[in-house]
Amino acid sequence: MKCALPGRAWLAAPVLAATLMTALPAWAETVKIAFIDPLSGSMANIGNLGYDHFRFMADRLNASGQMGDVKFEMIGLDNQTNPKESLVQLQKAIDQGATYVVQGNGSSVASALIEAIEKNNRRNPDHKVLFLNYAAVDPVLTNDKCSFWHFRFDTDSDMKMAIMTDYLVKQPDIKKVYIIGQDYSFGKAVSESARRMLKEKRPDIEIVGDELHPLGKVKDFSPYIAKMKASGAQAVITGNWGNDMTLLVKAAADAGYSVPFLTYYGGVAGAPAAIGKAGQDIVLQVSEYHNNIPDAELEALAADYKKQFNEDLYYYRVVTLMDMLAQAMKTSGSTDPEKVALALEGASEATPLGDVVMLPENHQLLQPMFVSIMTAGMPFDVEGTGLGFRTLMEIAPEATRQPTTCQMKRPG
Amino acid sequence: MTRFLTSAGLLPWLFFLAVLAVVPMIAGSSTAVTVASAAAVNVVFALSYNMLLGRGGMLSFGHAVYFGLGGYAAIYALRAIEAGWLPLPVAALPLVGFAGGLLAGAVLGWPTCRRAGTPFAMLSLGVGELIAAIALMFSGLFGGEEGIAGDRTAGPALFGVTFGQGQEVLILLLGWIFLATLAMWAFTRTPLGQMSLAIRDNPDRVAFVGYDPQRVRHRVFTVAAGFGGLAGGMAAINYEIITPDMLGLGPSGHVLVMTFIGGIGTFYGPIIGAALITTMQSLLPDYTTGWQFYLGALFVLMVMFQPRGVSGLVETVRQAIADGEVRERLPRWIRTVLAAVCLAGGGSIAFEMILRWREAEEPLELAGIPLMADGATGWVLAATLAVAGLALLRLKARRVAGGRLAEEVAR
Amino acid sequence: MLEVILFSTLNGLLYGLLLFMLSAGLSLIFSMMGVLNFAHASFYMLGAYVAFAIGVHAGFWTGLFLAPVVVGLIGCLVERFGLRHSHELGHVSELLFTFGLALLIEEVVKLIWGTQPVPYGDLVPAGLKAPLFTLFGIAYPGFKILVIGAALLLLVVLWGLLKKTRAGLMVQAALTHPEMVGHLGHNVPALFMGVFGLGCAMAAFAGAFGGALLVTEPGMATALGPIVFVVVVVGGMGSLPGAFLASLLIGLLQTFAIAVEVSVSDVLAVLGIDLSGSSDVGRITLAQIAPILPFLLLVGIMIVHPKGLMGVRES
Repeated sequence: MKCALPGRAWLAAPVLAATLMTALPAWAETVKIAFIDPLSGSMANIGNLGYDHFRFMADRLNASGQMGDVKFEMIGLDNQTNPKESLVQLQKAIDQGATYVVQGNGSSVASALIEAIEKNNRRNPDHKVLFLNYAAVDPVLTNDKCSFWHFRFDTDSDMKMAIMTDYLVKQPDIKKVYIIGQDYSFGKAVSESARRMLKEKRPDIEIVGDELHPLGKVKDFSPYIAKMKASGAQAVITGNWGNDMTLLVKAAADAGYSVPFLTYYGGVAGAPAAIGKAGQDIVLQVSEYHNNIPDAELEALAADYKKQFNEDLYYYRVVTLMDMLAQAMKTSGSTDPEKVALALEGASEATPLGDVVMLPENHQLLQPMFVSIMTAGMPFDVEGTGLGFRTLMEIAPEATRQPTTCQMKRPG
Repeated sequence: MTRFLTSAGLLPWLFFLAVLAVVPMIAGSSTAVTVASAAAVNVVFALSYNMLLGRGGMLSFGHAVYFGLGGYAAIYALRAIEAGWLPLPVAALPLVGFAGGLLAGAVLGWPTCRRAGTPFAMLSLGVGELIAAIALMFSGLFGGEEGIAGDRTAGPALFGVTFGQGQEVLILLLGWIFLATLAMWAFTRTPLGQMSLAIRDNPDRVAFVGYDPQRVRHRVFTVAAGFGGLAGGMAAINYEIITPDMLGLGPSGHVLVMTFIGGIGTFYGPIIGAALITTMQSLLPDYTTGWQFYLGALFVLMVMFQPRGVSGLVETVRQAIADGEVRERLPRWIRTVLAAVCLAGGGSIAFEMILRWREAEEPLELAGIPLMADGATGWVLAATLAVAGLALLRLKARRVAGGRLAEEVAR
Repeated sequence: MLEVILFSTLNGLLYGLLLFMLSAGLSLIFSMMGVLNFAHASFYMLGAYVAFAIGVHAGFWTGLFLAPVVVGLIGCLVERFGLRHSHELGHVSELLFTFGLALLIEEVVKLIWGTQPVPYGDLVPAGLKAPLFTLFGIAYPGFKILVIGAALLLLVVLWGLLKKTRAGLMVQAALTHPEMVGHLGHNVPALFMGVFGLGCAMAAFAGAFGGALLVTEPGMATALGPIVFVVVVVGGMGSLPGAFLASLLIGLLQTFAIAVEVSVSDVLAVLGIDLSGSSDVGRITLAQIAPILPFLLLVGIMIVHPKGLMGVRES
């Protein structure tokens, strides 16, 4: 075979040249918020849901007139849930003049973004960026890897575990608990914290199983269910998400195994529809919001949202995030990320769900939380399943607080 | 060195160098620098993949394993540099990646290369799955979901360059492209490199001559893994983070697509493919959420109608220029391009209309006219374009058939 | 203990037979045409989605039986207008074509049915979902027994088709002597198309069951695909009995591994090495790695016996 010459690489040049776009000038009045999450591929539905929430809130704040001549503009950037691609998209966001970044899907992405933003703010002091995290829950992000440039508005997985164990404290009949999770950092963190907290709060509970399985590789959970049943477990704690959770709950329903499944992601977008009737009276979730919390203001907001996007309001924390961001801009009298970050530290706000506060020591939001169960006969159902969530227990913000190892390095 | 350079002709190399030199000069915005850097990493990755597929005839579905493991080797070295006990300049990290990839290729390549052909493809897939799953399990070593991060500016400044700015990194990566390309080209000139062509074309013959095809495959595989690892080392410098999903099946499939679209029949094809697809992947999502469909469709159409990839088109044009046939071929080319544009236009209008209707997004607009899936305008336009494209193709086919007939009559 | 063995056997059998339904079609296509259909699991996915789409309007049973027909016809079209074209360009080209096809089918499925799972499982009649029997407190739904029965029936029918019918004999002859069969006046291309369609229909049949049993979503093909290839390679490329054996082996291996509580440090402790407490390696249990055991098996088989369990053909 005749090998052609590498010199023909000039063909690559126009392709590269096509990418050389110049940065748009940043308007002082327009605050650009880059939304970096999956907007294509298998996670697109979850990414789009988040994006819709942010657009909803940006429109709402712009229309309210409370921000004066400051206007919010959302820039949606698709990172394909990939840390590497996220860094490319972050650069694009900075080029387009974004000074705020919001992201939520994948702690790997969040961690990569924090690293990159720290470096950017050090290397390019003229264009600093602030990262507002709405759903990445790895505790490490507000502990060992905490950063001045990162604020988390979701309750982290350790705090959620504290809530689950508090719930178990109130269920004295439950004596045996089974833990199952995906074999990666998150699944392990869930297992570790569950063991630690149960030992502390309910030493009488026996952990009859602690199982890890490879992420997204199990097709049939029936053997696991058989094992759980044989162990006599009266409740199951799982950090599983996606198909790993759907298949787990379905296998339980098939085998007629109806004990409470305490989940992190039982109510997340797409999950109730995938689980369907199998989840009835089995799936419990820990969340800051569900649509059966009786409150006129919340119901009006959810109705507005549904009217605009034809989907259920899910991330109430996005509402909180945008409100607190707007508030911090007002108190600091600036849209500069550094000044806004300083104003966000220790900021508090009254929401229809209760008071929330942003802890200054590790940039973690404390907010009221709810344990709820998927059940029939509720006023509002989720994702057309005919089932809705009913509150079993409400937890005050302060009760979710966890000790932190964060040593915050503030600029200056 | 000079001998193989002259065997290729020095001119193309100078030209290649000039192109690489121009890239950082025209990359004005930092987005351009970032995309070009991502493309630079992929260029070396795709070239290393083509050592397997194009030259060795080995279709691997797990090449990212070596990219990722090389990347991990490099990121650990970077951390050692940060900690101060590894006296290595940051710029030399790709060499660490190369060593890591080489080692991983030598070990994992042994079971993988036991079989050739289709079983090899399946084995590479199995090994890829295995390593990807293991990487997630051993969070101590692979850093869990978050991976391992480093800081490329932590090392001692070399000639005042700290790699704090993207531009500096891009220049470094382009330098590595040149070195890696040169090295891979040199490899094709070695006896082993030549033998890899032979086992692709006729393994029985190789065995007859006295080489063990399995061993040749293994050695070629190991070298390709080494260069994959070198690309991983470049990724470690560029992204300053390596995560387990970099060695998964997704990136393995991705490098296959890049390489094939660029063209596996030529040495330079993968360079074009990597630059093209990386740019597509980073910029296309801004315009359509269905960009993966376009990538898949492009790939399938390429396999069916242009198996020599983009570089095959280049070669055809080059051949025509060499033969002085440009003038007579030009009308046919124009017709083909027109047909392709019509079909692609019609197809994508139809696809976008359905997609946007489904996702309840803003409708596609053409010259200010919204094209809706439930309206007739868009469908009529798409159908017209498709019919026009097909008609052009038919016209071409008939001309060709007519031409052949005329030839035969003349004979 | 008895209950664990019983349920592991039942679950392993079910999973293994589901794998067999898939790998049988793949193996048949491979032995006939020499092409490993990378998109085979995508036809499994199409089977589930088509069965769902039909089932919503015409009921579960209609969907279950019509989906294989529809997908089989799609398979014929793919062979006629796509695969045959790349067949002329060699095996690598064919494999690449089916690889691209898998990408494309996933995108088309997302375009038509969206990225979220569809509630296909809810279509299964309540009578089938109800427990057929309950042993040791664990219910076993009738639907699962139906899947086992259907897979066994498929095995018998396939065997009968190949061994007892004229078309089957022709297929068998074409496996080894395609030119000869062609010279005898049989239409080999049409035979190829038929076999490819049949293989796809079998995948769709498995999908119509599997989608209802597990979950129907756009990632289901990518999730199952690699395992099916493992089955075919481990069983020996192109060997139907080999595929059967490997399917059951992998099905049972995976379920039993979950049931057994052994960790790497336990094994090493027997050998006198103490690893407990240290690092990630020691804490790994057999149950934990169960889902990746097939891949370990694949690598192991390749080292020991590269032809696979019952392999006949080199490639």
